[in-house]
Amino acid sequence: MVTPYDVVSKVVDPELRVVTIAELGILRDVAQEGARVVVTITPTYSGCPAMDAIREDIRKALARKGFDDVAVVTKLSPAWSTDMITPAGHEALHRAGIAPPGSTACPHCDSAKTLQISRYASTPCQALRRCLGCAEPFNAVKTL
Amino acid sequence: MTDPMSEGSSRVNQQARVPQRSGGTPLELADDALIAAQRLSEWVARAPTLEEDVALTNIALDQLGVARLLLQSLGDEDELAYRRGDAEFRNCLLVELPFGRARGDLDFGWTVVWLLFLAAAQKLRYEAWDNEVAAKAVKESAYHLDHATQWVIRLGDGTSLSRERVQAAVEELWPYTHELTEGIRDDWLSIVEPVLKEATLVKPSHDTWRPSGGRSGRHTEHLSYVLAEMQALHRAHPGVQW
Repeated sequence: MVTPYDVVSKVVDPELRVVTIAELGILRDVAQEGARVVVTITPTYSGCPAMDAIREDIRKALARKGFDDVAVVTKLSPAWSTDMITPAGHEALHRAGIAPPGSTACPHCDSAKTLQISRYASTPCQALRRCLGCAEPFNAVKTL
Repeated sequence: MTDPMSEGSSRVNQQARVPQRSGGTPLELADDALIAAQRLSEWVARAPTLEEDVALTNIALDQLGVARLLLQSLGDEDELAYRRGDAEFRNCLLVELPFGRARGDLDFGWTVVWLLFLAAAQKLRYEAWDNEVAAKAVKESAYHLDHATQWVIRLGDGTSLSRERVQAAVEELWPYTHELTEGIRDDWLSIVEPVLKEATLVKPSHDTWRPSGGRSGRHTEHLSYVLAEMQALHRAHPGVQW
């Protein structure tokens, strides 16, 4: 039988589509209270614009498996940090050409010689770097 | 003039006006972040480089995120953001000022000095506040502070033109930092002064004009323009959703 946790943990992050919300560490809890499924999530950054999309994706994924009574709760404490990204999340980011937090090595050629081009990038949680080995630019998840 | 927030206002809950150990009330911190976000959004698609456009927009987004979380804890966020008049806002004057001497100015050097002053104060207030929104915001403020610090040093210790422009911003904005840093002045100076020194910038020698009033709803005319732009749509179409 498919549990609500199985369903919710497979929802992908709408901006970093290579990792699930469980791997990213923003899924805090999935509980069943009678017929109701209560999902608790936490934002990466306070103003993360993906939160509305994530709530919607969670509802849709659960509805497809017959869970129609869903509450998505946001919990801020303890504050999200990049330490909450799982080892599988690190792997998935690296495979997709994104340097996981704590690493500045090029995810394409593994060269350690890289430069920060911009402290901010396409999402609040990333910075932009360039590899001096293969010359490719890449996103890096900022350590928070 | 009577203060519309002073008695029996049903718009904010009781917690909103309770001073925290960090020196600010939740409403003051929320309004600082909200008005700063609105000001910073002026840079969208206008910054000197694409990377900086993304940076300032992200900082605006962080500020807006904190403002929303704080306002949600104090009452109805839309009501508080869109339906209050200028005298009901509790932000400090610094955040409502234009990025230059006159309304409509958009000076990058000015903006990074403004951000240095603001982020240093926000970081100190969030650190001292036992609150889950603040615990999250403090990490973001530290990053804003770091970003502003790097730019102030680069521009201050840069060309004669870049130095002249950031030095002008330091002189013009310095008087407003007294209101910004009430109760945390020494800690704030210990962050900001080393940055100015490394950037070869100097504090104004006379430091007696200390404009204030934002915390009691007496604002500069600039806030009204900020609010006009921020609130026009909601006031014309109350409750409108994107």
